[in-house]
Amino acid sequence: MKVLVGVKRVIDYNVKVRVKSDNTDVDLSNTKMAINPFCEIAVEEAIRLKEAGVATEVIAVSVGTTASQEQLRTALALGADRAILVESEDGAEPLNVAKAFAKIMEQEQASLVILGKQSIDSDNNQVGQMLAALTKRPQGTFASKVAVDGDSVSVTREIDGGLRTVKLALPAIVTTDLRLNEPRFAKLPDIMKAKRKPLETKTFADLGVEVKQHIQLDKVEAPATRQGGVKVGSVDELIQKLKDEAKVI
Amino acid sequence: MATLLIAEHNGTELAPATLSALTAAQQIGSEITILVAGANAKAAADAAAQCSGVSKVLLAEGDSLAHELAENLSELIVSLAGDYSHIMAPSNSVSKDTMPRVSALLDVGQLSDITAVLSDAQFQRPIYAGNAIATVTSKDAKKVITVRAAAFDKAAATGGSASIESVAAPAENTAATWVGDELSKSERPELTAADRIVSGGRGVGSAENFALIEALADKLGAAVGASRAAVDSGFVANDLQVGQTGKIVAPSLYMAFGISGAIQHLAGMKDSKVIVAVNKDEEAPIFQVADYGLVGDLFDVLPELTEKL
Repeated sequence: MKVLVGVKRVIDYNVKVRVKSDNTDVDLSNTKMAINPFCEIAVEEAIRLKEAGVATEVIAVSVGTTASQEQLRTALALGADRAILVESEDGAEPLNVAKAFAKIMEQEQASLVILGKQSIDSDNNQVGQMLAALTKRPQGTFASKVAVDGDSVSVTREIDGGLRTVKLALPAIVTTDLRLNEPRFAKLPDIMKAKRKPLETKTFADLGVEVKQHIQLDKVEAPATRQGGVKVGSVDELIQKLKDEAKVI
Repeated sequence: MATLLIAEHNGTELAPATLSALTAAQQIGSEITILVAGANAKAAADAAAQCSGVSKVLLAEGDSLAHELAENLSELIVSLAGDYSHIMAPSNSVSKDTMPRVSALLDVGQLSDITAVLSDAQFQRPIYAGNAIATVTSKDAKKVITVRAAAFDKAAATGGSASIESVAAPAENTAATWVGDELSKSERPELTAADRIVSGGRGVGSAENFALIEALADKLGAAVGASRAAVDSGFVANDLQVGQTGKIVAPSLYMAFGISGAIQHLAGMKDSKVIVAVNKDEEAPIFQVADYGLVGDLFDVLPELTEKL
């Protein structure tokens, strides 16, 4: 069983985001970049499926600029067998990304696609569901447990009221939530070996995907900052403030 | 132009988030239809018909809608989409699952989690965990939108008298089947609906110690929340997580105990009206957004607060 796994290059989780002074976008110049944390969880899950003998091949796929090769190499070092980069301008829209994945899913005859539930830059939470719709396949989003059993997969999903388990016929699309697993770190020998693993580059045109603009980014601003208030010295003072000043209790 | 708003409900009542999304729909300014879908949702449809500014309610009932599976729900929405320029839903785990599927089937982009309506095509939405606000314009004829409920006031749930029309439920998609739910049972208010929230973080230390948080919550009639660290440590269930990837809340009172205030947590609660933070680390970032900060040990403060309130 082939598993496709999505990898997106995003700003490192720990870096503070700055908005450009001309308000056209956030400033990513000289910023540390990394694999989107949810994609890291997706890569880990795919590798575990391979280690368990369920997956025969793990293919890491990224849609992004040439620089995304760096994150694909990381996925290869973590254990993916090969990688495909669909070259695109920065900020590819979710529907275009989903269309590229749909084509690759078909070409590779993948049985399972594991994607992060959202990326920490655009926070859209869309690609997995869109891919499932385009390929007319079932989806298990926000997964905290994934168990493949023959020609189906059981996915336990984090939903608003708790957990929900669904059974999906393969091929299926799964998107990862935070508690699915704890990703490993790449070891130095594996990082060296990853340099020799195959990384293929394609374009949207190669895949026959027509890139359309659906959503135009007009402006990016820093959010209104909330002013910190006062420090109180005791529980009594806190209660008095909440009663008399804030009037919330 | 007309708007189809997908209701969040429990079969008998509309969730407050539906009323917040209704406000966003009203700001777009066209005629509004509410879709109520479920196995048994007549009472919720009756409630939707009472909401102000609603012209029509569509009620879809059937077994295929029982567990809110996106495969079935998206088919239903797409089958109704023809008449509408805007298809909206409050952001929740059902709409996050379903609406991108609707978008792809309609070959349009989706605007996730909007926080402001600037025109019928231009909206604001947070990006980078709320560290930047993007103004975006949809270029598609049909706009698929999820609404961050905490960013909009609730519309009036009374004053309307819309007609209710039944629509057929979709066929069951056999590729996806519901197996079971493990839902948290609690007498406390739901996080996203609560007017007061008492939250605990890593500092609470254990699942047992969360009883202190719960005691104060019960005293205040508040919901219980948690930081990601507390959920990851297994102190409480996942559905209590407040933050960018958990629940986004904006209660009148948010009290944070033993929560340092990671950006991702602040993104989920910084629109609360009054924020109280109790932490023994006086440098904790949570104090930068708190209206009232108390540097101290939560194991002393919580029992004292619970007793004196």
